[in-house]
Amino acid sequence: MSVTSAPPRPTDKPASNSFRSVLWAEWTKFRTVRGWIVALVLAAAATFFLCYETAAGPHTGGCSGLPAGAICTSAPPTVVPTGPGGEGVADTYEFVHHTLTGDGTVTAKITSLAGVTATNASNVQGSPSASHPGLASWAKAGLLLTPSTTQGSAYAAVMATGNHAIHFQYNYTHDTHGVAGTVTKSTPRWLRLVRSGDTIIGYASTNGQRWTEVGSADLSGLPATVQVGLFATSPLTFQGGTGYPTLATATFDHLNFDGRPASNSWLGQDIGIGRTSFYPTLASGSYHRSGTTVVVSGSGDIAPAVVQGLEGTHTASSSLLLGLIVGLLVVIVVAAMFVTTEYRRGLIRTTFTAIPARGRVIAAKGVVVGSIVFALSLVVMAVIVPLGQHLLRAHGNYVFPATTLTQARIAIGASAVVAMAAITVIALSAMVRRAAAAITAGAAVFVLPFILATAAGGGASEWLLRLTPAAGLSMLQALPHYSQVNYAYTLSNGYYPLTPLAGFAVLCGYTVIALTAASLLLNRRDA
Amino acid sequence: MTAAVRAEWTKLRTVASTGWLLVVTVGVTVAVSAVAASVLHVNRGSPQDPTKLSLAGVQIGQALIAVLAVLAVSEEYGTGMIRVTLTAIPRRLTLLAAKAANLAGLTMLVGLIAVAGCLLAGRLILPGAGIDPAHGYELISLSHAPTLRAAAGSVLYLVFIGLLSLGVATAIRDTATSVGAVFGLLYLPPIAAQLVGDPTWRRHLEQIAPMTAGLAVQATTNLRSLPIAPWAGLGVLAAWAAVSLLVGGMVLRLRDA
Repeated sequence: MSVTSAPPRPTDKPASNSFRSVLWAEWTKFRTVRGWIVALVLAAAATFFLCYETAAGPHTGGCSGLPAGAICTSAPPTVVPTGPGGEGVADTYEFVHHTLTGDGTVTAKITSLAGVTATNASNVQGSPSASHPGLASWAKAGLLLTPSTTQGSAYAAVMATGNHAIHFQYNYTHDTHGVAGTVTKSTPRWLRLVRSGDTIIGYASTNGQRWTEVGSADLSGLPATVQVGLFATSPLTFQGGTGYPTLATATFDHLNFDGRPASNSWLGQDIGIGRTSFYPTLASGSYHRSGTTVVVSGSGDIAPAVVQGLEGTHTASSSLLLGLIVGLLVVIVVAAMFVTTEYRRGLIRTTFTAIPARGRVIAAKGVVVGSIVFALSLVVMAVIVPLGQHLLRAHGNYVFPATTLTQARIAIGASAVVAMAAITVIALSAMVRRAAAAITAGAAVFVLPFILATAAGGGASEWLLRLTPAAGLSMLQALPHYSQVNYAYTLSNGYYPLTPLAGFAVLCGYTVIALTAASLLLNRRDA
Repeated sequence: MTAAVRAEWTKLRTVASTGWLLVVTVGVTVAVSAVAASVLHVNRGSPQDPTKLSLAGVQIGQALIAVLAVLAVSEEYGTGMIRVTLTAIPRRLTLLAAKAANLAGLTMLVGLIAVAGCLLAGRLILPGAGIDPAHGYELISLSHAPTLRAAAGSVLYLVFIGLLSLGVATAIRDTATSVGAVFGLLYLPPIAAQLVGDPTWRRHLEQIAPMTAGLAVQATTNLRSLPIAPWAGLGVLAAWAAVSLLVGGMVLRLRDA
C-alpha cells in the first residue's frame, strides 16, 4: 500500500488576475530561464568593458598614429578656461580697458565693423596674409565689464555683431538681443554699459538720444574695482563641417566715461592669446587711437566652448556609445526571446488561458524586462560615467566639465533608452511572434538608424535622429546647442538634433504605439 | 549527396518564410540603394564613387540573407525536425554541405537580381543628383571593368554572408541567439572602428571585420584609401565563412542533435 498525498486544495478565491499577480508570474518565468539572466549580466559586463576600453584608449591629442610601443610626449593638454557656471568657455579677445571703481557708465559709438576670414581651415596656423574679406556672423565688438582679465572670469557686455543685431551677453551662456540691423557708416550704433552695485545694464541706441535696454545682468559678488572698456573678437566661421578663423575690426568714437570724455589712460590687451589657448585665432588683436577714434581688432570668441573638433577633446558621454549599442543588441535578443519562446513552445496558450487579459501580459513582460535592464544598465552607467571621465583626464585628454545633474541625466537617460527599447521589442515580438522577425525588426528599428546616421552625415543623419526611435540616444548629448555660437552641431561632433528630453519623448512615443498595437492585435488574433 | 541536396532543396523551397524573405531581400536592397542615391547631395570637394553608392543597399539586404541562412538550420532545431533529418541523412557533414550548397545557389540567384536592380536604380537616379557625364562621371555600366568586379563581388559577398550565418546558426542552434550573433558580427565592428581614435588600429579592425573587409569589393574609385584591396577583402570574408562552416560542421559532428 502506498501513501499518496492529496493534491493541495484549490483555495476559495480564484487565481487573481490583478496586474501584480501577472507581474509576479512573468517575473517568475524570466528569472527561471538561466540563459537570459546570464546573457543580460554578460551584456552588462561587455558594456562596461567596452566603455572602459574606449575611455582608456585615447591618449593626449596629436599623438595618434604612432608606431606600436611609442610613448606620446608631445602636445600639452589643451587649456580650456572654465567659466563662472563651471562650463568650458572660449575667452579670447582684444580688450582696451580702464579701471572703474564703484558705479559708473561707459558709452561709445560704433561706426564700423568689418572682418576677414582665413583661407585655411582652423587646424592650420592662421595668418592675416592668407585671408579674404568676410565678416563672421558672430563677430562681436562693443563694451565689456569684467572684474578680471583672467580667462573664464565673469563679465557683462553689450555688443554689435556681424549680422545678429545688438546683443547683451554675460557669463558666457546668457544672451539677449536688442536693436536689429548691422553696423554701417550710415547706420552707426550707440552702446552704453551702466554699473550700479552688482547690476550691469546694457543699452543701445541708433542716435545717441533715445536709449533702449538690451539686457541686464546680476553679477553677484562683483568687486568694487572692475575693468571696463572696448572689445573686439571674431569666432570660427563654419562652412560645412570645417571651421575657418576670422578677425574683426571695429571703429569706435564718442568714447565717454561717466559722462566725461575718456582720459588717455587706456590699456590695450590681448586676452587669451599667446598661451596654450585652445581657441583657434587668425591673428593676435591690436588697437590704435587717432584723435577721438579708437580702432580695435580681435580674433577669438567670448562664449561657451563647443567641441571644437580638437583632437583629444571629450565629453562626459563620449566613451559610452559602442558599449551601449553592444548591450542594446543583447537586450533586443533576450526581450524577443522572452515572448517568442512562449509562442514556439506553445506556453503562450497556457499563459492566455490563465490570464485572459492579453494586453496585461505584454505590459507585465515589458515591466519585468524593462526594470531588469534598467537596473543593470544603471549600475554600469553609474560607475562608468565618472570612471570614463577620470580615465580620459588621467591620459591628458580634455573632458568638458559636466555638472552632477548632467552626468546623472546621461547615466539614467542611457539606461532608460535601453529599457524603453526592450519594452518596444517585447511589443514587436508579440506582434510578429517569430524570433528571427522580432530581432530583425528590433535591430532595424533601434540599431540600424544610428548606424545609417553615422554613415550618412548631413541632413539625412539629422532626420534619422529626429524621426526614428534612435532619437532616444539624444539622452547622451553632454553639451547643449548654443544659438549664439556658430558651429557644426553634428553627430560626429557629439551633438544630436533634438534636446535630450525631446529625443527620449520620440522613443517613448514609439513604445506607446507599439504596445497599443500589440495589445489590439493580440486581442483580435488567436494565440 | 544528390539526394541530400534534393531533400534540403525541398525543405528550403516549401517553407513559407523563404519565399517572402527572398522577395523582401531584393525589395529592401534595391529600395535602400534607390533612396541613398536620391538623397545624395554632391559635394564638389569630395568625388563620389557611383558604383559603390548604388550598391549601398547590400549593407542592409545582407541582414535578410543572414536571417534566411540562420532559419535554414535553427528552425529545424526549434521544431525538432533536425532529429528526423539526421535519421534520414546520418552523415552530418553531408547534411551541412547540402544545406550550404542550396543556400549558396539561392543567395547567388537573389544576389544577382538584387545587385542588377541596384545598378539599374543607380544608373537611372544618380544623373538626377549631378553624377552624370556632364560632371565627369560615367553612367554605371557593366562594361566598365571595376563596376563589373564590384557587381560580381557584391553577389559573392551576399553568398559568403549567407554561408557565414549558416555556420554560426549550426553552432548555436537557437534562432534568436544566432540572429543576434550574426548581426553583432556584421554591424558592430564598423561602429567600433568609428570610435577607435588610432588610425592604425582602425585600419586593422576594418581589415579583419567581415563587413568592412568584404565590402571593399564595391569600391571602384580611390582604391588606395581602402583599408584592404577589393578581392583580398572578399577573401577575408570568405575565410570568415569557411571558419564558421568548419566550426559549425565540427560541432554538428561531435554533438548530439
